[in-house]
Amino acid sequence: MASSANRAAWAMTAPGVIFFAALLGAPMIMTFLLSLHAYDFNAGVLPDWTLANYADVLGDSYFHKIFLRTFGLAALVTVICVLIGAPEAYVLSRLQNPWKSIFLLVVLGPLLISVVVRTLGWALFFGGNGILTMIAQGLGFSDEPVSLMFTFAGMTIALVHVLVPFMVISVWASLQKIDPQSEDAAWTLGASKLTVLRRITLPQAMPGILSGSIIVFALTVSAFATPAIIGGRRMKVVATAAYDEYLSTLNWPLGATIAVLLLVANVVIIVTYNKLVERRFAKVFE
Amino acid sequence: MSFLSLKNLNKQFGEFTAVRDMTLSIEKGEFVSLLGPSGCGKTTTLQMIAGLLEPTSGQILLDGRDISHTPPNKRGLGIVFQSYALFPHMSALDNVAFGLEMRGVGKAERQDRARKALEQVKLGQFMHRFPKEMSGGQRQRVALARALVIEPPVLLLDEPLSNLDAKLREDMRLELRLLQQEIGVTTILVTHDQEEALSMSDRIVVMKDGEMEQIAAPLDLYERPVSPFVSDFVGKTNLFDAQIIDADHVKVADHVLLLPAHGMPAGASMQLSIRPEKFALSPEGDGDEVQVEAAIFHGANWLYRVRGAMGELFVTQPNTGAPGFARGQTARLNWPDGALSMFAEAS
Amino acid sequence: MQRLGPIALIFHALFVAFIMAPLLMVIAVSFTDKGYLSLPTDGLSLRWFYAILDNPDFISAFWVSVWLGLISASIAVAMAVPAALAIARRKFPGRDAISAFLLSPLMIPHLVLGVAFLQFYSKVGMGGSFAGLTAAHVVLVMPYALRLALASATGLPQDAEQAAMTLGASKFTVFRRITLPLILPGVAGGWILSFITSFDELTMSVFVASPATQTLPVRMYHHIAQTIDPLIASVSTVLIVLTFLLMLVLDRLYGLDKIFVGKG
Repeated sequence: MASSANRAAWAMTAPGVIFFAALLGAPMIMTFLLSLHAYDFNAGVLPDWTLANYADVLGDSYFHKIFLRTFGLAALVTVICVLIGAPEAYVLSRLQNPWKSIFLLVVLGPLLISVVVRTLGWALFFGGNGILTMIAQGLGFSDEPVSLMFTFAGMTIALVHVLVPFMVISVWASLQKIDPQSEDAAWTLGASKLTVLRRITLPQAMPGILSGSIIVFALTVSAFATPAIIGGRRMKVVATAAYDEYLSTLNWPLGATIAVLLLVANVVIIVTYNKLVERRFAKVFE
Repeated sequence: MSFLSLKNLNKQFGEFTAVRDMTLSIEKGEFVSLLGPSGCGKTTTLQMIAGLLEPTSGQILLDGRDISHTPPNKRGLGIVFQSYALFPHMSALDNVAFGLEMRGVGKAERQDRARKALEQVKLGQFMHRFPKEMSGGQRQRVALARALVIEPPVLLLDEPLSNLDAKLREDMRLELRLLQQEIGVTTILVTHDQEEALSMSDRIVVMKDGEMEQIAAPLDLYERPVSPFVSDFVGKTNLFDAQIIDADHVKVADHVLLLPAHGMPAGASMQLSIRPEKFALSPEGDGDEVQVEAAIFHGANWLYRVRGAMGELFVTQPNTGAPGFARGQTARLNWPDGALSMFAEAS
Repeated sequence: MQRLGPIALIFHALFVAFIMAPLLMVIAVSFTDKGYLSLPTDGLSLRWFYAILDNPDFISAFWVSVWLGLISASIAVAMAVPAALAIARRKFPGRDAISAFLLSPLMIPHLVLGVAFLQFYSKVGMGGSFAGLTAAHVVLVMPYALRLALASATGLPQDAEQAAMTLGASKFTVFRRITLPLILPGVAGGWILSFITSFDELTMSVFVASPATQTLPVRMYHHIAQTIDPLIASVSTVLIVLTFLLMLVLDRLYGLDKIFVGKG
């Protein structure tokens, strides 16, 4: 039924759809096709179709380690973001104005500042002659320079800093939807303040915590700038490994393979998670 | 000794006085309404009784015990909130059972009692639904069951019917009142709806600007309001300025009425109030001559706007089945002795 | 409403300190009077801010980023608004698929977009061009523009438009006088979010940008990869201050939380 109303609607979406087909669809398909070709250091990309790249990546312990490190990092960063971001969102929601607006600005504002700048700040902390060393030596913990550069811990701290505002905003949004009277109601029914928090507030904030988690997890898995600057060559993650394959080794097909696997993992995680969350909360929240 | 008493209760928010010097005694089993326009301090008073707000000064006594500074979770009062404040992540049954759980009642018993409470409010078959899956009226009942299941000494209702549509609201008034009388729970209702207060309460406290204006049984309040504010806020009324002429006469506009001055000096200004339904409007005979300016049919009755020597008046007359007065018609207006209330000029 | 206890406030103070620390660190280092990385313990100096002027590549990268953000945000919004109106207010075959397609870049890691564009542009002979970079950024920011436009188009009361129509307005007049003013706040919010996202983007641009079309984040990244010195700190400080000013304006206009709910 191609009525004129339908044609009008299609026409209105057409510029975006055509643009995306040409500039998103085509490049993505070409990347996928590229991952199905072998690469030779002398001859470049070979014309034959093969799954060898996938076998290489999935079978190589070097890549196993990188993928494992990336997902471990993402899980750790997500957990820490939940543990500090959710309470902070709660505190923010309980502050009185003008403090509420001021601290909301302070906590969310960094999202607008380039990741490069924020990571640079941590690099200055972590470097061998950075503040960390001064503190450690000042307190007498260590005489040696203390450096978190090129370490897993350093990457974790910096990524938590970069991504925790997403957790705060997500939890904040679901706290805003809570009827404050439902907390009063529980209180007057005999619940202590801690019980109110645990039984009434936390469950209602759960959708926000879950959607914040998925955002943080996905962004950590695909993070590039922070791992590249703090982790460097010594602490490679999927994104920095693919970058090296492309721009240093020039093995584009292998880089494309890593990219495709990263994309698939990302999409699978997000979609599964959303399905689970939807099923869990469909009856409870709008 | 009354069951619940408020003694010189005050609440300040910075410079603003929300409740001023409130003293009130409520008997066991009584249904008392706090009635007033928004900002009159009625909700603040309720929240102080519930423990959600600390009084600035004064006392709240429950059964002889001072609970002024007891936290709300130790007061044990049942509260129905305006938004119902149901827990969206719990089923109706779990909502109702929550208060029992907090009291350490075992699982089997609390489920049993919660189920009975839901049956009492006719929601037996909906107990596994979540709040989102229920209508406004059903949520309201869950909130009521949740407040009652803990067998509170006092039930506090904060505008419980204001989110329901008109028809349902009327049904719930009756139902709520019958349930309250059956259980015999002492109840305080906060409302801005005078009909709600009149139809449900044993006594009504009319509040204005943080102070009590009048405390009376519904009929007394309606028939003998103490101020123009009460007469205007409770029911509809005709209010007009008048002047005392002598001990037996007052003047309204250019019209002289025979009315005892109750000791007010000649020349004093005052206000008169008369309810529209107190008038009798007849086509001819005795009475003041008035002109019908507008006639509106309400089904059960007619509302007329008439103009006579006293100025513009609203008159309601029951619908007897015969055609009413028409616009432009002349009619005669009468009222019984004692229908007029008299107020000394307020400030 | 429950009050916050001392533990909550201490936690809050630590959290805020954690958020502020690296930014304050960058700012502090940028005022050093030494020729190497250090805190300005002996006195404040603006020498590293003057040094930016001697490094025109940072300044030209800044302007590349500004133009890139302006153009790509505008193109994205121009395509997002009609699409949002159609998706939010009409039922037509393929609606959900089209909506998902236009929002899909949100699910694609920027690195994947980067490698895809790198290969695509080198094949079609647009490698390193500003046009290619712009097109890539349009794809990147389109979901943000679309989401905010969708949010405001969904809440749009249809009866206001019908009323205008019965009063004799033509379809175009209705769009110009009724629809557009009503969705404008959402559209403007989407544009701003798109601009910021484009301006800050590194991961995809690092693949697509050539030395001639380096954006500021890319220029800064390459600098940091080589060496971390007070110069990069002073460039960052300028960026922090500019962002902070922009933030104040946005907060006044919209409320920051509203914009970020779109971003999350």
